[in-house]
Amino acid sequence: MAEEVKTPAPPPPPQPQPAKTGPSGGSEGEKKPTAEKPAAAESAAPAKPAAPAGKSDVPAKAAAPAKPAVPTPVPWTSPLVEKYRNQYGSGLEALTYLGQNYLSVDRSLIPDILRRLREDEQFDYCVDVTAAHYPKREKQFDVIWILYSFARNERMRVKTQIADGASIASAVSIWPTANWLEREVYDMFGIRFDGHPDLKRILLPDGWKGYPLRKDYGILQQDTEWVQINLGIESGQ
Amino acid sequence: MSISEKGNPNALANAVSNLDLDTPEKPYLDSNELIINMGPQHPATHGVLRVILKLDGEKVLGTECVIGYLHRGVEKIAENRTYTMFNPYVDRMDYCAAVSNGLGYCEAVEKLMNVEAPARAQYIRVILTELNRIASHQLWLGTHALDIGAMTPLFYTFRDREEILKIFERYCGARLTTHAFRIGGCQYETYAGFEKDVTNFLSFFAPKIDEYEALLTTNRIWLERTKNVGVISAADAIALGVTGPVLRASGVKWDLRKAQPYANYSKFDFEIPIGENGDTYDRYLVRMEEMRQSMRIIEQAVGGIPEGPIMGKVPKVIKPPVGEIYHSIEAPKGELGYFIVSDGSTQPYRLRVRPPSFVNLQALDIMVRGLLIADVVAVIGTIDIVLGEVDR
Repeated sequence: MAEEVKTPAPPPPPQPQPAKTGPSGGSEGEKKPTAEKPAAAESAAPAKPAAPAGKSDVPAKAAAPAKPAVPTPVPWTSPLVEKYRNQYGSGLEALTYLGQNYLSVDRSLIPDILRRLREDEQFDYCVDVTAAHYPKREKQFDVIWILYSFARNERMRVKTQIADGASIASAVSIWPTANWLEREVYDMFGIRFDGHPDLKRILLPDGWKGYPLRKDYGILQQDTEWVQINLGIESGQ
Repeated sequence: MSISEKGNPNALANAVSNLDLDTPEKPYLDSNELIINMGPQHPATHGVLRVILKLDGEKVLGTECVIGYLHRGVEKIAENRTYTMFNPYVDRMDYCAAVSNGLGYCEAVEKLMNVEAPARAQYIRVILTELNRIASHQLWLGTHALDIGAMTPLFYTFRDREEILKIFERYCGARLTTHAFRIGGCQYETYAGFEKDVTNFLSFFAPKIDEYEALLTTNRIWLERTKNVGVISAADAIALGVTGPVLRASGVKWDLRKAQPYANYSKFDFEIPIGENGDTYDRYLVRMEEMRQSMRIIEQAVGGIPEGPIMGKVPKVIKPPVGEIYHSIEAPKGELGYFIVSDGSTQPYRLRVRPPSFVNLQALDIMVRGLLIADVVAVIGTIDIVLGEVDR
């Protein structure tokens, strides 16, 4: 036991490494600057398409085999996009990155646009619903739907940003498969889906505290706490 | 509430109160509804799966799956490892098809970096992946038949699967969690006699499939236990996101190797077997035929392995540019996808695995309603889940 009591001392040094995620103030984490990048890239993206789109497209392809020149998202043009752009205007942005199409849409459009993609555009297979956490951003979460259409043999993603604590419309009534997928997003990120028939944790036990895939969720701190409470010993990590 | 609530019997009461199951108009027998636990420790659940069954006598009125017992937080681990370090972890998801998992992951990262594996590596990858598909289907067949009561196929399939595992072992030293591929190509050159081993396996295995079929395909007990059991229509399957052999057995001719070819699958001739009724028997036939088709692919690939490097031009330190990518492959169990968000560092900012088993398992409920308890066992077997992948 005496040894075990000593063990808590070592953990602090390793902390800077994995505990990259002090909830908001812990600035020693190396992930901090990186967390900002995607957000920055995204906000920069809308400005780009007009000018460098044509240019950046060419080097991306030409340089592909040797050193991947940094590809940038280019605007995605298709009849589908035109149709929705006319209707929804600025709430929607269509981009292509590495040959994959995605729509960034405003949160308020979500149930509507998903339903229309399912019913009018034959995106009848919801491949995945997932999320990503960007703690530095004002709207902290990206929620992503990956869709596929059997008829068109085409894949696309729909993305939206939501703030921490905000909820989003459930897609279960559009694609029943979203049921477990949304439950997993809730389980891992704490994002609530309005209208979900049975929104509860799926992989973690009901009494679990916190949402593990958030960036401020440290693995070591969780491990230490759990072992202490449940096994009554200090963690060996 | 404690963290160990899953192990607490009282949790059952809570779970049941959440079951909103339609009660049939008239009871099957004049008996009370009964809620029982199947699993988590149950040999027929293929791992640690707990199914809460709502029963009327022997008849299943509804189910609820409780999963997560094998949750290891693979996606969180990925965020704390470099791209290269995370590679072996993917083998531990669907450990029956580790090679497929590795292929999907490596290709996803390659796509994100905008590089491609060289031709020789592509051939080696396809051969090993298809061998793994056969191995995975063999394991499925053996255990599925065992669940239903036929013990012999298990011995046959494990005997023959051994030959595939030997090839894996000679190729990369591991039998199950192979870590066969690297980002950018393959780590290992084929060993001397690799082609011969693979060809020998093909001639060895062709009659073995017939042997399995002789045991089961027209076996009356097998037919009784599988025909019209666990039926799922094509529309339901699509709505529930079901993929792989389960979707094809419902009559949807869709296979990612054909629909959106990856690796170099577009170079090979093969058929996509489909079923008609979407029942357990059709899924059995589809998988049997898939093994044959995999053999066709391997036969074409092994005769045409080109010379050349096996590793593409990738830097030692994998640092994909900022961006995100979704890449999926046809794993033995269905569509296995990786959604990766890169922030330009050496570690994935976010890595999401789209596991086929997890999504397919969701269809269990619709497939077993109205059947008997014994059929639940058959249906769990026929969906072909691996709990390591369901829970990740």
